[in-house]
Amino acid sequence: MENIKLRVKNLQKVYPANGRKDKEVVALRDINLEVKESEFVVMVGPSGCGKSSLINIIGGLEDATEGEVQIDGKDVVGPGADRGMVFQGYSLFPWLTVQKNIEFGLKMKKVPKEERAKIAKEFIDLVGLTGFENSLPKQLSGGMKQRVAIARTLANHPQVLLMDEPFGALDAQTRVVMQELLARISRETKNTILFITHDIDEAILLADRIYVMSRRPGTIRDVMDVTIEGERNHEMLVKPEFLEMKRKIMEMLWQESQDAAMGK
Amino acid sequence: MKKQKTKGLSYGCISGISFCVIMAAWCIATYGGFVSDIFMPSPTAVWESIVEMAKDGSLWEHCFVSTKRVMIGWFWSAIAALPIGMLMARSKKFSAVFQPVIEFARYLPVVALVPLTLLYLGIDENQKYVIIFLGTFFQLVLMICDTVSGIEKNMINAARTLGANKLQVYTEVIFPAALPGLMDDFRLTIGWAWTYLVVAEMVAASAGLGYIILKSQRFLATDVIFAGLIMIGLIGLVTDFLLRLLTKVIVPWHERLGD
Ligand SMILES: Nc1ncnc2c1ncn2[C@@H]1O[C@H](COP(=O)(O)OP(=O)(O)OP(=O)(O)O)[C@@H](O)[C@H]1O
Ligand SMILES: [Mg+2]
Repeated sequence: MENIKLRVKNLQKVYPANGRKDKEVVALRDINLEVKESEFVVMVGPSGCGKSSLINIIGGLEDATEGEVQIDGKDVVGPGADRGMVFQGYSLFPWLTVQKNIEFGLKMKKVPKEERAKIAKEFIDLVGLTGFENSLPKQLSGGMKQRVAIARTLANHPQVLLMDEPFGALDAQTRVVMQELLARISRETKNTILFITHDIDEAILLADRIYVMSRRPGTIRDVMDVTIEGERNHEMLVKPEFLEMKRKIMEMLWQESQDAAMGK
Repeated sequence: MKKQKTKGLSYGCISGISFCVIMAAWCIATYGGFVSDIFMPSPTAVWESIVEMAKDGSLWEHCFVSTKRVMIGWFWSAIAALPIGMLMARSKKFSAVFQPVIEFARYLPVVALVPLTLLYLGIDENQKYVIIFLGTFFQLVLMICDTVSGIEKNMINAARTLGANKLQVYTEVIFPAALPGLMDDFRLTIGWAWTYLVVAEMVAASAGLGYIILKSQRFLATDVIFAGLIMIGLIGLVTDFLLRLLTKVIVPWHERLGD
């Protein structure tokens, strides 16, 4: 039987009105989702549909208005090391070297120094940053910074890895390189991953399963398995099955925007 | 690289020229006999009074007394402002409690509080520290609050999801992240501390640069007044320079400093 690692049940998020002229925003409605152990799940949806709100609630950084988030069947409240997060924007600690950044979570847990260094080394190698241990974040390119961010989260051994458009700020080439890297890492480490994006290519390239979200208020519109055979890399982008799936998702999202334009 | 260096040099030149122009104006006004000695002493007169005070040791004593007062008053103000400013930036509740009080207090002119401090504390050293404290504390709290509010939110969120507890978020992330900005805040307020020092020393003191400035006014010893002003300016310059240097040493990672 497959183990359900992360479960989100009947989640709602309403941002209350700010002042009298403002209207409350229903950001998420009736969200139910599951991520199995070692599964790579991607949520794709139009901008502003509540993707970040959802992942921040799962990560414990925001409160849900209603509903539950469970890890291994147990409710979780507030942030915790069991749910590691990688953000789109700049989140490295600029005063720490690459290695110290990666050791951060372990240091918070009071892991002894030698062991920290050993674990950090393992993940520095994994993301291909060998030789940059003592560099400061300001000396790294955007792609390298995200490598550090990923290594920093993985080194902490989270139960679930939550990623909110981690490659959104990168240029197209670096993006593909990072996608391939992440695909490889997820295969090797068998991490459970929930990844958010509005890039359909990225979603199909990475996912075992894709949740398609609707426009605001964000609901889950469809779920589909990605069963395309072979390596997960850029060559996949031109396979007929890939294009077929892409067309399907695009149509769904396009339908969404039509509905929105009609005021439905 | 080379281009930048010449640019730096030319800024140095500009500063040098502006200094020379002021000196020249001063020389012309005084040696040319356009202004009376009583209003503006000549550079030679000021220099002589500095040398004289340096010889009998009183100059160093006054400088030392004043600097010590500034440092102690400002130090306590910084120590107290730091946690309050940080907490105000992070907690809406805390901010709701302190914001109105601080906004109110910072508009109170410190000079108007001098009689009260004299009443409560007399004329001893503590009264000087309190004046400097009152002059800098409220502003510093708001500046620190602002600096801490400006920290990249992702950084704090990352720390929380990496398992840092509340205290660790402050000590391991918020404080170091805010440090470059805090150093700027400290540097600015230490300048203001000198203003309040002079206020304190002009009211009730028997030593210090503010005290000799006031005393000299009674004897129309304008040269000593100028000497006092120049010493305050110089100490200010040196403090500023040292704090900048210290900033470079403790936050070498900061982007703005480059490398
Ligand atoms: N703190 C907040 N207060 C009020 N409304 C908010 C807040 N955060 C988000 N919202 C609203 O909730 C909706 C969902 O926002 P969210 O950032 O989750 O969308 P998103 O799908 O991540 O968008 P993007 O693709 O642009 O990152 C938006 O309409 C936004 O205006
Ligand atoms: Mg978002």
